[in-house]
Amino acid sequence: MGSTALELIQLGAVFFGLGLLGRLAQRIGMSPIPLYLVGGLFFGHGGVVELHIDSFTELAAEIGVVLLLLMLGLEYSAAELVTGLKRSWVAGAVDLVLNALPGAVVALILGWGPVGALVMAGVTYISSSGIIAKILGDLGRMGNRETPVVLAILVLEDLVMALYLPILTAVLGGVSLVAGLTTVGISLFVVSGVLLIAVKFGRFVSAVLYSEDREIFLLKLLGSALLVAGIAAALQVSAAVGAFLLGIAIAGPAAHTAAQLLEPLRDLFAAMFFVAFGLSTNPSDIPPVLVFALILAVVTAATKMATGWIAAARSGVGRKGRVRAGAALVARGEFSIVIAGLAVSSGAAPPQLAALATAYVLLMAVLGPIVARVAEPVAQRVMKPATAPTAA
Amino acid sequence: MRLGYVRHVNVEVTPLPGIGVRKDFAIRAGKRIGVITHRDGGIELIVSRTDDPDACLASIPLTTDESATLGNLLGAPQLVAQLTEEHRDVPGIMTKQLPIPEGSPFDGRTLGDTEMRTRTKVSIVAVMRAGQVLPSPGPELTFTAGDLLVCVGTAEGLAAAAKLLKKG
Repeated sequence: MGSTALELIQLGAVFFGLGLLGRLAQRIGMSPIPLYLVGGLFFGHGGVVELHIDSFTELAAEIGVVLLLLMLGLEYSAAELVTGLKRSWVAGAVDLVLNALPGAVVALILGWGPVGALVMAGVTYISSSGIIAKILGDLGRMGNRETPVVLAILVLEDLVMALYLPILTAVLGGVSLVAGLTTVGISLFVVSGVLLIAVKFGRFVSAVLYSEDREIFLLKLLGSALLVAGIAAALQVSAAVGAFLLGIAIAGPAAHTAAQLLEPLRDLFAAMFFVAFGLSTNPSDIPPVLVFALILAVVTAATKMATGWIAAARSGVGRKGRVRAGAALVARGEFSIVIAGLAVSSGAAPPQLAALATAYVLLMAVLGPIVARVAEPVAQRVMKPATAPTAA
Repeated sequence: MRLGYVRHVNVEVTPLPGIGVRKDFAIRAGKRIGVITHRDGGIELIVSRTDDPDACLASIPLTTDESATLGNLLGAPQLVAQLTEEHRDVPGIMTKQLPIPEGSPFDGRTLGDTEMRTRTKVSIVAVMRAGQVLPSPGPELTFTAGDLLVCVGTAEGLAAAAKLLKKG
């Protein structure tokens, strides 16, 4: 059998398998991300069956990251980002401090040094806007008063990512402190520049790319995303950041159409990315870090709850709403894996980091939706005895 | 056209980044009621819970047609009441809302085609469509099923008009 035939068969089997896993996830009402990761673990080095489709997987995974970040940039308009920053920076700061610290501390305890700490801080900080948007929709919470608070926090995490990813890329590249600071300076400059362009001239960027014809628009969109990502990568800024900034610069109706067009592609390539990440994780690395993953899961679920509680309280939302806001934010997913993936592929992070990130995201992507569902009834039971005496 | 009853309600507009816009207001009974307009054009009707005003008792997704119909149902009686009040001094004149029902022969045809004024002596003073009022419609206006016509005429005239719109 020719190698192409073998690769096609293997790739087909992987996609088909992922389809079945996705269906299973849908049946039990959970995010498919953890199942994709498990799928990758299953087929990877040290897994049950070893697959060799490296040439395609690698590129597909890279495109997956570009599309994930492009869609994240498309999700919010530049105006929304700026308004979010003005209105809820306090909540955003609380979110950053409370949720980045646990990851950093665990990385330091495990002896992964400042680079590992920076990576794990990002992994535990960033909520999964994909999972959370789905939770809010499924539970009929779009009209709730705490929902704008939850969304504002996601918007700010988006902004933080725009600064964090270039810094992370620079640090992972092993640059010196001075060069690192320069990169930070440049990325701050570029991000604010892109925001300014997007706010003032977003229409022009959109006008250049936009086409009434879906096919032409898709090709232009995908072409520009890969071009920008490639150029960004060549300039030692991460490819992901380039795609993300392009997403922010595309605005208005064009952004909406773009998101609709790219969604199936994103789903396909992102699935490949999760599988590739799972492939790069050796399952035998997981048991030694499992305890830390569990501790991180419990601690960072609590810190996100606290974040939601504080942010919602600041907006005058009642106690039940604060619990709902916190619980909704617990889920971590795609972006934690993107961050861990950047670290692992750069070779600057220990392989155990991939194992810890995998175990952590497996836990949080499964736990997140469950916590969001049960937090309110549980809180109601706990709160009742406490509030009963004051009521009587 | 702004209707008088809109003035006293303070609609709160809250942007939902990445989702759309929420527009709601507190009703006298204590609940919040409103709509979420999704970026993709979807509309959701929301009603808050009484015991927890932050949460929603229901959030009901509506199609464009459904929300337009609901808008008509809610808005038309107000307009009719207003017109009835204005015609009170003229005995024998009534105001009534008549629908263009599904399967009406005038679905897709113009107001002029009905020859309403000639055949029933009834005047169509306004058409309610998609929650909006089209005042004093001309003969060139094309009807679609779900439109509510606000008609002024005598009791017999209005009965004839209803029959005309249904059967042609």
